[in-house]
Amino acid sequence: MALVVALAPGLVGLVRKVKARLLRKRGAPVLQPYATLLRLMRKEVVLAENASWLFRVVPYLVFASTWVAAALVPTFATDLQFSWSADLIAIVALLGFGRFFLALAGMDVGTSFGGIGSSREMLIATLAEPAMLLIVFALSLVAGSTQLSDVAHALAQPVVGLRVSLGMALVALVIVALAENARIPVDNPATHLELTMVHEAMVLEYSGRHLAMIELASALKLMLYLSLIASVFLPWGLAGPDGGLVAVVAGIGLWLVKIAAGGALLAAFEVSIAKMRVFRVPNLLGIALMLALLGTILLFVSRSL
Amino acid sequence: MIDISQYLDITAEAPDRPAAQVHRLSRGEWRDAVERAAADGLTLLGLWGARASVTLALLDEEQARIGLLSFSPRNGRFPSVGRHFPSAQRLERSIADLFGLIPQDAPDDRPWLDHGRWGLSHPLGKAGQGKAQDYSFLPVEGHGLHQVPVGPVHAGIIEPGHFRFTGQGETVVRLEERLGYVHKGIEGLMQGAEIPRGAELAARVSGDSTVAYGWAYAQAVESALGVVPSARAQWLRAIMAELERLANHLGDIGAICNDAAFALMLARCSVLRENVLRAADAVFGHRFMRDIIRPGGVSVDLSGDGIARLRDLLADLEQAFPRMIELYDNTPSLLDRTVGTGHLSNALVRQFGAGGYIGRASGRGFDVRKVFPYGPYGQMDMTVPLRGDGDVNARIWIRIREVEQSLALLARLLETLPDGVPLIELPKPSGACQGLGLVEGFRGDILVFVALDRHGRIRRCHLRDPSWFQWPLLEAAIEGNIIADFPLCNKSFNCSYSGHDL
Repeated sequence: MALVVALAPGLVGLVRKVKARLLRKRGAPVLQPYATLLRLMRKEVVLAENASWLFRVVPYLVFASTWVAAALVPTFATDLQFSWSADLIAIVALLGFGRFFLALAGMDVGTSFGGIGSSREMLIATLAEPAMLLIVFALSLVAGSTQLSDVAHALAQPVVGLRVSLGMALVALVIVALAENARIPVDNPATHLELTMVHEAMVLEYSGRHLAMIELASALKLMLYLSLIASVFLPWGLAGPDGGLVAVVAGIGLWLVKIAAGGALLAAFEVSIAKMRVFRVPNLLGIALMLALLGTILLFVSRSL
Repeated sequence: MIDISQYLDITAEAPDRPAAQVHRLSRGEWRDAVERAAADGLTLLGLWGARASVTLALLDEEQARIGLLSFSPRNGRFPSVGRHFPSAQRLERSIADLFGLIPQDAPDDRPWLDHGRWGLSHPLGKAGQGKAQDYSFLPVEGHGLHQVPVGPVHAGIIEPGHFRFTGQGETVVRLEERLGYVHKGIEGLMQGAEIPRGAELAARVSGDSTVAYGWAYAQAVESALGVVPSARAQWLRAIMAELERLANHLGDIGAICNDAAFALMLARCSVLRENVLRAADAVFGHRFMRDIIRPGGVSVDLSGDGIARLRDLLADLEQAFPRMIELYDNTPSLLDRTVGTGHLSNALVRQFGAGGYIGRASGRGFDVRKVFPYGPYGQMDMTVPLRGDGDVNARIWIRIREVEQSLALLARLLETLPDGVPLIELPKPSGACQGLGLVEGFRGDILVFVALDRHGRIRRCHLRDPSWFQWPLLEAAIEGNIIADFPLCNKSFNCSYSGHDL
């Protein structure tokens, strides 16, 4: 659990580094996000005069909910400390919880950018969340459980094999992950243009340790989604409940490789594509929703045959 | 009704600009002339004030003729030009701010450059005590409208300007600009300056167009004094002007794509732009070639090594640039953002006389190099690229075509570079005189009017940036688009703040 938090900024740094290298730039060191977080922690917080208590509480809420959600994902072993406590639906709910409060905080100070950011984020969320839930249904139909560790364990069995519906769920999950993490083509995490921002516009008013919390939460979220994709669709190498220390270490090693590969793929994808128009985003998420739905229906149909 | 063509006496036939003849009109004649010019579909080329007069530059595009008209109001009020030429409204407001000459019956009487922070009013006219004033934006009424104020300080390294969006959801219903934050008082500094000092000031009006401004100023001074610089100097000026155009267009193409979050294009174009700037530094001794063009010629001659260096640069660019075009044309996600975004109609472009890539992307093919050829351009074979679709994509394509054109022009200029002395001595003026300079910068036509006194000092110098007629059109281009597409539209216009605010 602590490992996830410790590694999350490194993943962000890695994605940035790979992106910079692909643009033939030198790029900041991979460890730069740690330095940024440290700097933000030390800086004083500048609060808008009309900021309410909500504005001050939200960064911690967002961070906490994201962290808990991340802890539920079987990153390198199926029997992690918290795996038993909640299932995939809870992860979706936890992330939704964080997003709801972040959107509220975006509107709290009353600047126009925060409002624009919140409204865009909600537009994206209303489409991404149902898609995510449908993906969960498709997975649980295959695995017979919504418990993530069970899903991962079930999908690792050779019986499952290659399935069309799982492929659809994977594509849908990738799209949802891009949208949820504010990556290109939905949002641009590197932009300075206030008018085009989604996630960044909501958090424009944050500074100091509040901003550090939010940045860390975003990094965690990216880690969460990559781990989720890795554990569900590439479940090999997860340490089982009876695995010894060796299995755990091997699990961690493989997990790191998977995450790094995922980050590099993300960077390559981001470099090769331009951002979408805001109103095209629903189409993209609509595709995710339809794919997830098709996957679920396909499973139902194939089962009754 | 009067015949306006009698005033249009500056033609393209003259080898270089002749000493500008300004026609002095009475109040009635001025009013009639403005009305007639608008009815005849002439283009406003400039409108500027002096202590006790206003001067109007009109262009007849079809006949390729320019005329200068002036009026000296006794009571400090002149009949408004903005009533008939919307493009003159902001110029008029600036005249009122700087000189205290009031346009009568003007559609818009709010201040423009003066934000009430100078500590004095009408700094170039009868100066008075300045006072802070409230600026009222145009009122908006309607259901579900919200306003988004942006700027004047922006994220990123760009100049300051305020944009007030009124939106309905994501759709922009109206954009209102407020500029003037980088007013530097250049026209005030110009008054009474010696000619070389004036050249330095002109070169600092807008940093990215320093060559074009230097040339336009030199042209104005040379036409006032009746001097023609050597052919070699003219060729060297053109080489620098094309290098400047090349560097700016390359930078713009990358920057526009970057605003659609396609960083790859920016990274690649920046490399090409940097190559151009380094070559300019190596050959002319300054990356942006500032202060090299002087009235009478150029201060740096081009050596054989320099020619070889520039030929190498051209060869590199000719190899690398087609790959840029291919990358742009083969990235559907990028084209999806640029095609159809920020459409600007031909009627508006003509009405405002917008030049450069903005005009040419919307079907107005005015290019000073073609219509009023100066320097070596009369002997160069060039076609003005033209498109009718008027969107962000069109403005990118015009830039791409102009890059190709500049490459061809540079090769030809280097080939035909004549011998001669680069710089000649300027004669003393025989009396008070005035001259006009008109040069195609990378943004469009730059107009410079210079009036010298009998000692050869500057009495009045007006520098009109092409952005004066492009900024208002940005407000039109964004209408009906979504707020998130504004940076893309804005970058495709890339108007100058500094050149406009002066």
